[in-house]
Amino acid sequence: MANQKKQKLTPTQQQYQTLAKKHEPEIPFISRFLRAFFVGGMICVLAQGIQECFIHFFDFNEKTASNPTVAVLILISVLLTGFGVYDRIAQWAGAGTAVPVTGFANSIASAALEHKSEGYVLGVGGNMFKLAGSVIVFGVFAAFVIGVIRTLISMGG
Amino acid sequence: MIFLWAFLVGGAICVVGQFLMDVMKLTPAHTMSTLVVAGAILGGFELYDPLIKIAGAGASVPITSFGNALVHGALQEAQKDGLVGVLTGIFEVTSAGISAAIVFGFLGALVFRPRG
Amino acid sequence: MKQGHQTWLFPSKPVILSSAAIGGPLEAQGPLADDFDTLHGDMLLGQSSWEKAEKTLLEECCDKAIEKAGLTKEQIEYFLCGDLMNQIVSSSFTARTLQTPFLGLFGACSTSMEGLALASLIVDSQSADYVLTATSSHNSSAEKQYRYPTEYGAQKPPTAQWTATASGAAVVGREGTGLRVTSATIGRVVDMGLTDPFNMGAAMAPAAFHTIESHFRDLQISPAAYDLVVTGDLGRVGHSILSEMFQQHQIEIPPERYRDCGMMIYGENPNVWSGGSGCGCCASVTYGHLLHRMKRGEWKRILVVATGALLSPLTFQQNESIPCIAHAVSIEAESEEGVR
Repeated sequence: MANQKKQKLTPTQQQYQTLAKKHEPEIPFISRFLRAFFVGGMICVLAQGIQECFIHFFDFNEKTASNPTVAVLILISVLLTGFGVYDRIAQWAGAGTAVPVTGFANSIASAALEHKSEGYVLGVGGNMFKLAGSVIVFGVFAAFVIGVIRTLISMGG
Repeated sequence: MIFLWAFLVGGAICVVGQFLMDVMKLTPAHTMSTLVVAGAILGGFELYDPLIKIAGAGASVPITSFGNALVHGALQEAQKDGLVGVLTGIFEVTSAGISAAIVFGFLGALVFRPRG
Repeated sequence: MKQGHQTWLFPSKPVILSSAAIGGPLEAQGPLADDFDTLHGDMLLGQSSWEKAEKTLLEECCDKAIEKAGLTKEQIEYFLCGDLMNQIVSSSFTARTLQTPFLGLFGACSTSMEGLALASLIVDSQSADYVLTATSSHNSSAEKQYRYPTEYGAQKPPTAQWTATASGAAVVGREGTGLRVTSATIGRVVDMGLTDPFNMGAAMAPAAFHTIESHFRDLQISPAAYDLVVTGDLGRVGHSILSEMFQQHQIEIPPERYRDCGMMIYGENPNVWSGGSGCGCCASVTYGHLLHRMKRGEWKRILVVATGALLSPLTFQQNESIPCIAHAVSIEAESEEGVR
């Protein structure tokens, strides 16, 4: 696809892009990957800890404990977003804070906060899923397709 | 032991996300959507639940788990109601996460202001 | 008076009677903090939204410039203003407050020099005695409109730039003492097919190059005519690209005589990645720092080249490349004899 894109450019444009590429600072891949790994891993460890607490102290079992765990993580994420800390951590951690469910909560809370100035209905309500919406749409549609295929297979079999 | 696996698996999924953003140059929204679809596909092949068994929160906290849970909700209901169950069951398992995010997100908007 | 293809020469040499620069909290931490007239510690400036904060910033800056010129609002005949917001609301709302005949401009981050060039043209053609030109940008309102909510955790690449929370304004007049605007080159839109909105420096550098080259060609002067050439907000990435382009095309500007406002405003602060950007960046650095140093006699003639990336979030999502523009204005200190 990259090649196809390049073909549409004039020679001058291509020449310039080669020049520009040379001056682009290298993305520090290794340190970014390590930071994402560390922070993402630590969030999961924290979640595991919360889950164990629910199992040991509140009589949940392995299956039912994940719901309250997720809720607690979301609460923490919303609080950090509200205090203006989450985006600073995320600048350092990258996908480490974006991929866990806390990132999902951050995308909802940050959009809700940002559009508060446009009112609660059109601003907060209307924009809450501005970023998280695509995740839900694609998740649901994929689940629907997979669900239908598997159901049809099991019906046929 | 489960803590170690949670760390390793959770971290690894995040590295995949970082790879999609940095190397494939995807926007965060594209990255998350890709991961959710990947989770749904793994769930469809029954490959995700074994991962949760080993890694616990390491597999259930990343967004991939959301896709997996959507599929499992759909399949659970489908076993009872057939094809209609696919529609009614999709949010069966994940409703806690989505509801919590909406409720806390809204409460957050009531209390906080963006800080820039 | 037109000279060459795209350059205006101003024989009457309109005077910059006064200029003002206002900045936000991050600008206050930068090396140019002393050159701002007012610095705000609060991103909201006591307002209830980012958009209102930006409007307040712009209003304050205009008031300051008018006050410093020793004029009243009523004496300003035209107001030329632009900003980054949709429908340039910050400017229009400021014009509502000022109640001055108003022309709205949009040139993204090149607006500062677009405004100064047009203001000088109006004054030079004797269409007005006093023209006010201003522009502003606000980091959070720009993030909200162009990128993500301010609290959203998205990691930026090292080529990204930080939109300045700043405003700059200048009053251009027909007579008086001060620095003078001698010529302006209006750039054309240059698009090198770059699509990364987090690498604006690379997208804008060719536009700056084209305008600078045209300026020297139209006026038939060499770069040695200027003590300093300064670009608007190319950042570190764009600055190094443009430096190489100068070399390739034998435009001899020594490294110490070519600088970039985006690099100057925050110094070496690593949290702004490649440097500053936004309308307010070039405007506040020029109308604050650069003019102050010219008044101190450090430079006699400078060429300010404001660069703008004319994209919207929509065009980016529709996979369009980024069209860019640059406008150059030359500013001179009055000759020592004081005659003209």
